[in-house]
Amino acid sequence: MTIEKTPVRDFATDFDHTDPAWVADPYPIWEELRERCPVAHTERYGGAWFPATHAGVTQIAKDTENFTSRTVIMNDGRPDELALPSPIGVAPPITSDPPFHQIARKLILPAFSPGAINPLEPQVRALCRSLLERGSGHDVVEASWDYARLIPPSVIRQMLGFPEADTDVFIDIVHTVTESVDLPMDERIAAFEPIEEYFVRQIEDHQANPRDDLTTFLLNAEIDGQKLAVEHVFGTMILILVAGIDTTWSAIGSSLWHLAQNPSDLERLVNEPDLMPVAIEEFLRFYAPVTMARLVKHDMEYLGVPMKEYDWILLGFPAANRDPAAFVDADRFIIDRAENRHVAFGLGIHRCAGSNLARLELRVALEEFIARYPRFSLADPDQVTWSQGQIRGPRRLPIRVG
Amino acid sequence: MRVVIDADLCQGQGRCFSIAPSVFGFDELGNGVVLTSGELGESDLELARLAEANCPEHAVGVVE
Repeated sequence: MTIEKTPVRDFATDFDHTDPAWVADPYPIWEELRERCPVAHTERYGGAWFPATHAGVTQIAKDTENFTSRTVIMNDGRPDELALPSPIGVAPPITSDPPFHQIARKLILPAFSPGAINPLEPQVRALCRSLLERGSGHDVVEASWDYARLIPPSVIRQMLGFPEADTDVFIDIVHTVTESVDLPMDERIAAFEPIEEYFVRQIEDHQANPRDDLTTFLLNAEIDGQKLAVEHVFGTMILILVAGIDTTWSAIGSSLWHLAQNPSDLERLVNEPDLMPVAIEEFLRFYAPVTMARLVKHDMEYLGVPMKEYDWILLGFPAANRDPAAFVDADRFIIDRAENRHVAFGLGIHRCAGSNLARLELRVALEEFIARYPRFSLADPDQVTWSQGQIRGPRRLPIRVG
Repeated sequence: MRVVIDADLCQGQGRCFSIAPSVFGFDELGNGVVLTSGELGESDLELARLAEANCPEHAVGVVE
């Protein structure tokens, strides 16, 4: 369902991250806000603030005294009426606050540490190659829908230990979840039903047949000698889907979109493979896909503006990454940028737990695409479409490879 | 010169051990750890300085 909204005339006083102008090209908007505000406001969503500077984003990201993460997707539901479970939140640990947050986070970090993630490289590479093989013989390939989109869910399915035969079903379910996050709460709940049924079946299967995977790990995990609440296991599985799928899809897609239009950058990556890790960080800075949200805990004057209890904060890590106060030539993509303290994975205690996996998938997806197609370009710029909401990336990306 | 990681600031962003794997490693949570206790050689020192300049949390330091 699409909700008809009034177009935004002034982003400083009436911003909306789902406005077509913001969806199409948010960067000039953020630049203007940095100069004019720098904290934009809107009455939409029941009241929200958008700090457009690196300093403002940093301060709020690290401030768990004045802001809560109980819900991280800005929507029309009034936060004070959501009755979110405390202290777990709907998707721990991203929706948890201290001190419970640290407990929930420490549980899952080992599964996403470099030691656990690095060994996945051969299978990610094999997956990318098999997806690229499908485009064999075509002059134009759909680099987002038929390539980038399919990489993260396959890896997550494998980590959770769900049957390989379910890959297509799983990808469908995942889309329902990730696309529903911007819907009103009652529609979101309805959209979650298929995934709930699927997860319950998988959880029962893992209880009957424990094996070495993330689902079994969560089922066996304990806090203070107690197994996790079912809601906790379920919530963490939902988090892994919502946070681990269209985020990385977006990062891969944006990077390919860039390379398709910047042949000199593509040529450098083809000729200097060792440049890839540095380039990855610049892709992440320049095209950071993820914006988070926070809720204001109580009325206060903060960053020079009067915030009210339960106002939303739209926490724009992508905007922070373009702030000239924090980066030299912030609006230039510099493929070999040596000093790059970008905040694409967030800052502070909620740093993206899957960042090592995201980097691995992004790097291997680009390496394999470039190995197969050392030269490519946009087939038709008018056919490129971008996602709407807090995760930004191309959803349709026809690329000419022949 | 030697390197330090402020464990209170480190959030496991992973930049230090990617940039300077000879100087930094990671623990079971993915947080950065310093591998060498002594003085750094010239090439390691250069990498450590680069890691310092790339840590988003400002947790890495090169100190006297």
